[in-house]
Amino acid sequence: MKTLWQGRRIPLSWLLLSRQPVRLLVALAGISFAGILMFMQLGFRDGLFDASVTVHRLFDADLVLISPRSASSVRMAGFPRRRLVQTLADPAVEGVSPVHWGLMLWRNPETRLNRAILALGFNPDDPFFVDPSLSEKTEVLKQKGRILFDQLSRPEFGPIAEWYREGRTVETEIAGNRIRVEGLVSLGTSFGADGNLLTSTETFLDLSPQKSRGAIEVGLIRLRPGADPQEVVQRLESRLPDDVKVLTKQGFIDFEKNYWKSGTSIGFIFTLGAAMGFVVGCVIVYQVLYTDVSDHLPEYATLMAMGYRLSHLLGVVVREGFYLAVMGYIPAYLAGEGLYWFVRDATRLPVGMDASRALTVGGMILVMCMLSSLLAMRRLVDADPAEIF
Amino acid sequence: MASVELQNLSHSYGRGEMRRQVLQGISLRIDPGEVVLLTGPSGCGKTTLLTLIGALRTVQSGQVTVLGHRLDGAGRRQRQQVRRGIGMIFQGHNLLRCLTAEQNVQMGADLLPGLGYRARRDEARQWLRSVGLEDQMGKLPHDLSGGQKQRVAIARALAAHPRLLLADEPTAALDGATGREVVELLRRLARDQSCAVLMVTHDPRILDVADRLLQMEDGCLLPAAQ
Repeated sequence: MKTLWQGRRIPLSWLLLSRQPVRLLVALAGISFAGILMFMQLGFRDGLFDASVTVHRLFDADLVLISPRSASSVRMAGFPRRRLVQTLADPAVEGVSPVHWGLMLWRNPETRLNRAILALGFNPDDPFFVDPSLSEKTEVLKQKGRILFDQLSRPEFGPIAEWYREGRTVETEIAGNRIRVEGLVSLGTSFGADGNLLTSTETFLDLSPQKSRGAIEVGLIRLRPGADPQEVVQRLESRLPDDVKVLTKQGFIDFEKNYWKSGTSIGFIFTLGAAMGFVVGCVIVYQVLYTDVSDHLPEYATLMAMGYRLSHLLGVVVREGFYLAVMGYIPAYLAGEGLYWFVRDATRLPVGMDASRALTVGGMILVMCMLSSLLAMRRLVDADPAEIF
Repeated sequence: MASVELQNLSHSYGRGEMRRQVLQGISLRIDPGEVVLLTGPSGCGKTTLLTLIGALRTVQSGQVTVLGHRLDGAGRRQRQQVRRGIGMIFQGHNLLRCLTAEQNVQMGADLLPGLGYRARRDEARQWLRSVGLEDQMGKLPHDLSGGQKQRVAIARALAAHPRLLLADEPTAALDGATGREVVELLRRLARDQSCAVLMVTHDPRILDVADRLLQMEDGCLLPAAQ
């Protein structure tokens, strides 16, 4: 360590950057801008994917049964309810709960226009919710024709939350059946659903008479403590017929996310946006380093004439790129945090800084700066020490 | 051993019709500690000669031996190694604009092998002191006068402990008195190191510092001067 410190030289890269503060600021502004753009796009992308599974996260289940014909939360197919009961035969299964899941046409009580809303029907006695305060609210659903309305639903469903808070009796129709809003919950919208409502199995089946009573869309399974979910999944898969699919809760969440990631162009669009940020950053850093090398070409040539190796000078440019990456990343990260806070506040989208995204963007900025310095180096080869006399 | 030994050195630029001979059959020997001045009309090949001796250009024909290394047929890497033993002073001072006087000189001292950072910095300071700039160490080239810049350049060239010093019109940008001062300083310091000096100049006022005077015309050394 001591010899390393003693072996150090004049920090030429750092001095080249810091003694030209305007150029440095332009470069850092460019890199930060590119970084913020990447944080923004990737944040939106992940936030939207996360939002698509808010409803999936509601349930406190270890395993989930769905039909293999289900494509996503907006196209859930039914499977026989007795499959869920059959899982009780497995010693690791502690309890099960059926859930009905589907889109319904909600009539806006103000404008009388219909709009599709995601409805979940479950057993109000044993709702399997993660959030205990939600479980308390389900008591009111034991009465038929009562629902809980998601107050984060889009305003197109009508001023339900305001009316409810004013103490009015909020009633409307679904498929010709009268229903009454008996409480509010906060879930959030997603790609597939502009709004959500929670109700009991009984009410759900009344509202969708075309559905067969023996079919459910989702089966929740709770395991005994200490059971290995992966093992039970395999056991159940081999024991149950092919008309159901067994997933872990995480698998259920991934199933939904994957649909939006690979089945739609949303992921592509936001990834493209992030790539644009990357390209813009590359251009800016390349421009700055290229002008820097060009301006100092006679000085680089002088160093070569003095006996410095070309590789030493290439190292100077690489280090310049590295310092730019580090210094540009810090403001980009801070601005990203601020922006996420702002977006969360304004859109209720679950956007936040996570370690993997912070690393991804940091890596992208590093690659961006290194790539640009590699390109700018080509200019350095033009430095001919024989020309400086 | 001679510092520089040239035998029948020739050089030309361009190809075919455009080919122009700039050096023709030059033979020359410079011994350690000797101060040699080279004069001649512009375009006679002085600078080309300097770049060939300075290992900045590939030798085309003839034999060139600098500080015991054969340069004819030497590759890029070998020439770079030889350059470490040669100090160069340019017409424009060619200091690094973003470095202070002290740091510029240390760029020269940094080439010394096996010395710690502090030793190299002290080396740089000592050289600045010997060119009389001890109170200007922290200044950027921008804030120094022409004569001071050229003195920093001399300190930088000497800080790498060269055994041969090449200078191309080091006084061109300086007024008479300052130019004289700089050249005398150069000669004194080079003598102390027993370092050979080859200086190209147009300046008639400094010719008397030379041990030997060479004159060039149309790519040839004038026999009278040898």
